[in-house]
Amino acid sequence: MAPAGTGRGIRQLPPSLRSIVVAAGVAATLLALLAAALHAGGYDAGRALTALWTGSFGSSYALTSATLVRATPLVLCGLAVALAFRAGVLNIGAEGQLLVGAAAAAALAVARGERAGSGTLVAALAAGALAGALWAGIAAFLRRRFRVLEVISTIMLNFVAGYLVAYLVRGPLQEPLRIYPQTVSIAPAARLAPLIPGTRLHWGVLLAVTASVVLWWLLRSTAAGFRVRAAGAGPSAATVAGQIDVGRVTARAFLASGALAGLAGAVEVLGVTYALYENLSPGYGYTAIAVALLARLHPLGVLASGTLFGALEAGAAAMQRDAGVPSVVVTAVEALLILIILAVTRPRPRSTRASDSASEAAQGPVGATPLP
Amino acid sequence: VTDILGPFLEATVRTATPLALAALGETLVERSGVINIGLEGVIIAGAFGALVGASAAGVIAGFAAGATAGIAIALLFALFAVALGADQIISGTAITLFALGLTGTLYRALYGTAGASLTTPTLSPVAIPGLSLLPGIGRALFYQPPVTYATYAVVGLGWWWLYRTHAGLALRAAGENPAAATAAGVSVGRVRTVAIAVGGALGGLAGATLVLAQAGTFAEGMSAGRGFIAIAVVALGRWHPLGVALAALLFGAASALQFLFQAAGWALPYQIFLALPYVLTLVALAGAAGRSGAPAALGRIEEQGA
Repeated sequence: MAPAGTGRGIRQLPPSLRSIVVAAGVAATLLALLAAALHAGGYDAGRALTALWTGSFGSSYALTSATLVRATPLVLCGLAVALAFRAGVLNIGAEGQLLVGAAAAAALAVARGERAGSGTLVAALAAGALAGALWAGIAAFLRRRFRVLEVISTIMLNFVAGYLVAYLVRGPLQEPLRIYPQTVSIAPAARLAPLIPGTRLHWGVLLAVTASVVLWWLLRSTAAGFRVRAAGAGPSAATVAGQIDVGRVTARAFLASGALAGLAGAVEVLGVTYALYENLSPGYGYTAIAVALLARLHPLGVLASGTLFGALEAGAAAMQRDAGVPSVVVTAVEALLILIILAVTRPRPRSTRASDSASEAAQGPVGATPLP
Repeated sequence: VTDILGPFLEATVRTATPLALAALGETLVERSGVINIGLEGVIIAGAFGALVGASAAGVIAGFAAGATAGIAIALLFALFAVALGADQIISGTAITLFALGLTGTLYRALYGTAGASLTTPTLSPVAIPGLSLLPGIGRALFYQPPVTYATYAVVGLGWWWLYRTHAGLALRAAGENPAAATAAGVSVGRVRTVAIAVGGALGGLAGATLVLAQAGTFAEGMSAGRGFIAIAVVALGRWHPLGVALAALLFGAASALQFLFQAAGWALPYQIFLALPYVLTLVALAGAAGRSGAPAALGRIEEQGA
């Protein structure tokens, strides 16, 4: 934990400088943790970290075809988690919502076959978002009607979604030869086109950027956004003072969160894999929790932290290839980062918390709420 | 009929054993006023510890190492949830992700990618003389690995300790009314930390059971959501050791259904059976809603006058 003095010192800096200091601190912490883990595991840390760099930012190809391609679903899922957490909903189910979104988009695009056009693409994206919202809707309903803890229900639904995809790609959606557990390839006309020719970067990345800006604006400047923030910050106060139907507001935020994660799945299928199969996601929905928390639940921050984690995962793949380091080490490092963030932003006594949020509201555009 | 029912009942008790162990530990933790969502991480740590211990020095060492690993992960959770007063749900989720990543990394680092063929010694079933010959349930309940019998003992001990000892009373007071417990001289933080450590030992044993009494090997992520299912089992069992044991049996039965249906020759997609325990968890949590029994202070962050 940073001593109180350090925190206050950082807070006195101008906001732009402060975010640079924080970002540098986070990056340095990450690298230090990773280097320590590598060293402890008996790996050549220098070689591994070099691979991490060349695989993520080291070349324009790595940046566009690896880092940004992985950042796209992470940003969309990170927004999903950030929106839910802002509303006081602990949606840990982005992974499952992503999977059903991918399944719905693939089902629709495959059904259109060679007749598919750009209309199919739009419909498939919408189907993915809708499926994600419906999947989150199960947990939202259970929470509102039966007060079922959404952390548990969404994780259960993640497993169910995994088995659902496993069934679909061996059953109704399997390719006609019935050899591989996957769908046929989606017709080129229904795919998200490459953004930069010669790279794997597709138009979905612009969708992620747009979603970040739109969500930031919605939360900051609209009445609906205010209700979401009020409901998440203090449910009882929001009910009494603001006459806000907290149950309805949080349920809607939950559905919107699911839609974002479902959209991530549709984008992944239509822009990267071009087919539905098991293990389509290397745990994007879980990494998204770290992405959202690192961004302090700020939509524009998610854009930055999503890119950082995209780089980390792209670099981890290179690390496994070049230095033989298991890429799952990144999961442990990400989780440690969440814990460190928790330790330094733990709830403070009430008197100081009020002044903190007031000063942050004055500095930050959205008045970044402390973690729930 | 007994040809089908017998294996089904045996499988029910076998799959219920690790769930019951983990859920009994979580019962103590939740009774003290803390919800440890990191239980999933505790179980996978216990499973990995069991692999390391058992491949070095046999089954007993495996169980000991599993419990130790479980305690270590649980104490990490206690550091955040109790000592630092961080959000219990987010800390627990992070602990789970951390343990999954750490065990995956260590597994590949220690055993390489060829670890799939790795096997550990396993506990064989031991018949309890006389009882195992009872008609119907005798074999299912009394022809099991010793860890199942230990679980029976934990149910009884847990009940006795929780309701018949001063320490159990202090634990329940910490969960129902921490302020009053503090006024009565109970150190709420210490009680909760000890409860989390005991819960960690039982969760670690649950993970060890998966490796040493069932699979005979380790696989990344082999806890497969059992920690979260165990939390649902606690709610369904209404935070009472006997109720929790019965609820664990129900989930064991749900997992064992596939044997029953396979034996009966029903052709349903097998993914339905695999998904069944998770769906049942949702139904159970919805069914347990609104019923009394949850500790009043469960999951709340305490303002422990610094």
